Amino acid sequence: MIILTGNDLKTGAVVWWDGVSWSLHVENAVDVGDQAGAIMAREEAARRVNVPYSIEATKDENGVRPAHIKDRVRALGPTVRPDLTLKPADPDIGEWVI
Amino acid sequence: MTDPQTDLGSSPDGVQFRFRDDETVDHASVTVDSFLEQSNSSAVRIEPGDDARELLPLLDRIALVEVNFPVFGDGRGYSAARILREAGYTGEIRAVGDVLVDQLNNMRRCGFDAFQPDTPMNEADAQAALETWPEVYQATTDGRTPIWDLRHGAGRNE
Amino acid sequence: MYQYDQYDQAMVDARVAEFRDQAQRRLEGKLSEDQFKPLRLMNGLYLQLHAYMLRVAIPYGTLNSTQMHVLADIADKYDRGYGHFTTRQNIQYNWIKLEDAGDILADLAKVEMHAIQTSGNCIRNISSDHFAGAAQDEVVDPRPYAELLRQWSSFHPEFMYLPRKFKIAVIASDTDRAAMRLHDIGIQIVERDGEIGASFYVGGGMGRTPMIAPNIRDFVPLDQLITYAEACLRVYNRYGRRDNKYKARIKILVHELGAEEYTRQVEEEFAHLLEQGIEPPIAELERIKPYFADPAFEDGPKTVDRSDPDFALWVDRNTHRHKHDSYVSAVISLKPVGGIPGDATAEQMHLMAELAKLYSFDECRVMHTQNVVLPHVKIADLHTLWTKLEAAGLGTPNLDQIGDIIACPGLDYCSLANARSIPLAQKISERFAANGKQDKLGELKLKISGCINACGHHHAGHIGILGVDKKGVENYQLSLGGSEAEDTSLGKITGRGFDEAGVIDAVDTVTDVYLAQREDGERFLDTYNRIGMAPFKEALYD
Repeated sequence: MIILTGNDLKTGAVVWWDGVSWSLHVENAVDVGDQAGAIMAREEAARRVNVPYSIEATKDENGVRPAHIKDRVRALGPTVRPDLTLKPADPDIGEWVI
Repeated sequence: MTDPQTDLGSSPDGVQFRFRDDETVDHASVTVDSFLEQSNSSAVRIEPGDDARELLPLLDRIALVEVNFPVFGDGRGYSAARILREAGYTGEIRAVGDVLVDQLNNMRRCGFDAFQPDTPMNEADAQAALETWPEVYQATTDGRTPIWDLRHGAGRNE
Repeated sequence: MYQYDQYDQAMVDARVAEFRDQAQRRLEGKLSEDQFKPLRLMNGLYLQLHAYMLRVAIPYGTLNSTQMHVLADIADKYDRGYGHFTTRQNIQYNWIKLEDAGDILADLAKVEMHAIQTSGNCIRNISSDHFAGAAQDEVVDPRPYAELLRQWSSFHPEFMYLPRKFKIAVIASDTDRAAMRLHDIGIQIVERDGEIGASFYVGGGMGRTPMIAPNIRDFVPLDQLITYAEACLRVYNRYGRRDNKYKARIKILVHELGAEEYTRQVEEEFAHLLEQGIEPPIAELERIKPYFADPAFEDGPKTVDRSDPDFALWVDRNTHRHKHDSYVSAVISLKPVGGIPGDATAEQMHLMAELAKLYSFDECRVMHTQNVVLPHVKIADLHTLWTKLEAAGLGTPNLDQIGDIIACPGLDYCSLANARSIPLAQKISERFAANGKQDKLGELKLKISGCINACGHHHAGHIGILGVDKKGVENYQLSLGGSEAEDTSLGKITGRGFDEAGVIDAVDTVTDVYLAQREDGERFLDTYNRIGMAPFKEALYD
């Protein structure tokens, strides 16, 4: 699947396109098919997202998983500070990145 | 009150700001190469890769130097302008191309006195940009007294 | 240390207002991201993997307790309770909001700090010897010269859009503690026939094409220092390559022209610029110097009670000889075993500030090795100081040991990285502490970069590790024999790379080779230089 990501202009937070707006959680990301360019142009122009780009990802029962490690780090947070990730309660969450 | 440092100048065709009172050159500028080949033009256009020093023997023939900025991130034109001013050139130096409001002040400091940006600047933003810096750390040919001179009271430009 | 006068303060205040306005124009959509990016970078604001990152300048690494307290406050108020000290003596915050940037800069400006030119294709923060003003071997304190250069390079109208970033380091001793020859310009303040001057090295750097700067002028009189630097920069601004960002650093220009031709062009420009009156008068240097005058040192005990072996070990490893024999410079290690190199919590920063106030004439320094120095500590106070550091987890006795690892933020934080650096540093320091080998190895500088940009100085590590991306999987190349001290050299790659577990084993293997082969008094680097790569390669790959 093709999903969209970028950062929030004001806060810099990593965000994912959920079909309606931008979510903090990669599991909400939706497949945009061939609409990536159009959605990004519209959303960036409206300043609802900063420097968006499209990536490949897969989806299974565990959720959406970006194809590249860099985007998995972005989706989670720093693997060396589990307390600062989006899943602070899960000490093994770093494994998901690798 | 008028301050020659910051007051936005009059605007001939295409030139948004001009900080000089003399007549503008009314013919098109030529490349450095054609100028050096005995052109009778008095206006020359410097591209980023050109050597401004090649013009120094001919400065008395020049009334306008356009310095082109195809992209704002290419800073060679700042050196070109300073080299011309340091050699005593008093004609117009016009910044042309991808010239943005946040570069205006530094360009003034390097000797540019006319601006022809591809996309016109917001005049209020431009005015604010020129008034941003109360003082300057470096000596250039723009007549401003650098901070070290204010500290030690030499007043080199008075 | 240096204090702003009305002019310095006005300049920093003006920059706060200017950047606040630029950020506002971005938020309002008057600036595109393409237009805003170079503007925010010139004020140290990056868009990193998780958020905006702000890099705050610590000029020549010197700061007082008030400033350190404010750095801690910023970590608490605007970030997530910590900061990261970098390899260029700066600090960066990883979780900054664009809408807060103006307020942070205003808080910094109140204590004479800023983020000016901590990124972008301009002259960056001037770095220096972290023992400046305290070291026994320096000719003079290099910091007044660094301050003179700081003012000259701040908002320099001609050099804000250079071909690429530009880093300057200033030292004043033959011992190089600032990686001077791996900078775009390295300046060594020297004495010749009783006169002080500057020796210029130009065109060094790390990154994808590491080079050691050649000396282009061995003595520039002090009343021509700024003019000479301006000439070096102008030649670079005019002729540095702009067609390929990977060939745009001044090292490539100096290499392609040859040091001799580059020098000739600089000297020509210099002769011209001498006529332009751009040099501040010597009176300006004389105005700056007293700010760096010695504090009121007092005679006291010259030795410590070594009955506590842990304390004695820390004294041996983490203190450095001072020019006054009743004092030492004490290094606070930000490399606890298993910790993140260079990270400090707000609490730790507050403590370091208090200790600087109590025991070091209100001064501390940031080292390029991502540790903090209290430059002037009375030997009589060392035990009390150490006790307080130990209690806060800041007493790790590992300066210049294998656990004192330089590591860039890597793929955990940095958008340029190809692989993670920090987990590797954590695991190596844990392994060598646990197996007791660290104590046998002596001085061993291990440096890790998560990409070819080499922020972790891997080229200059006795052992260097470079993270690369091998088809989406982290992979690590090992190199040996680098140094960033006065014997500057660039490491050589051992051979094919390793996965994370493999490279940790590989570090173990090469240190075994060293322990088996070393002769009396040899450091790892000395043994490598004597026996060469072959025995290490054999142990690693055969």
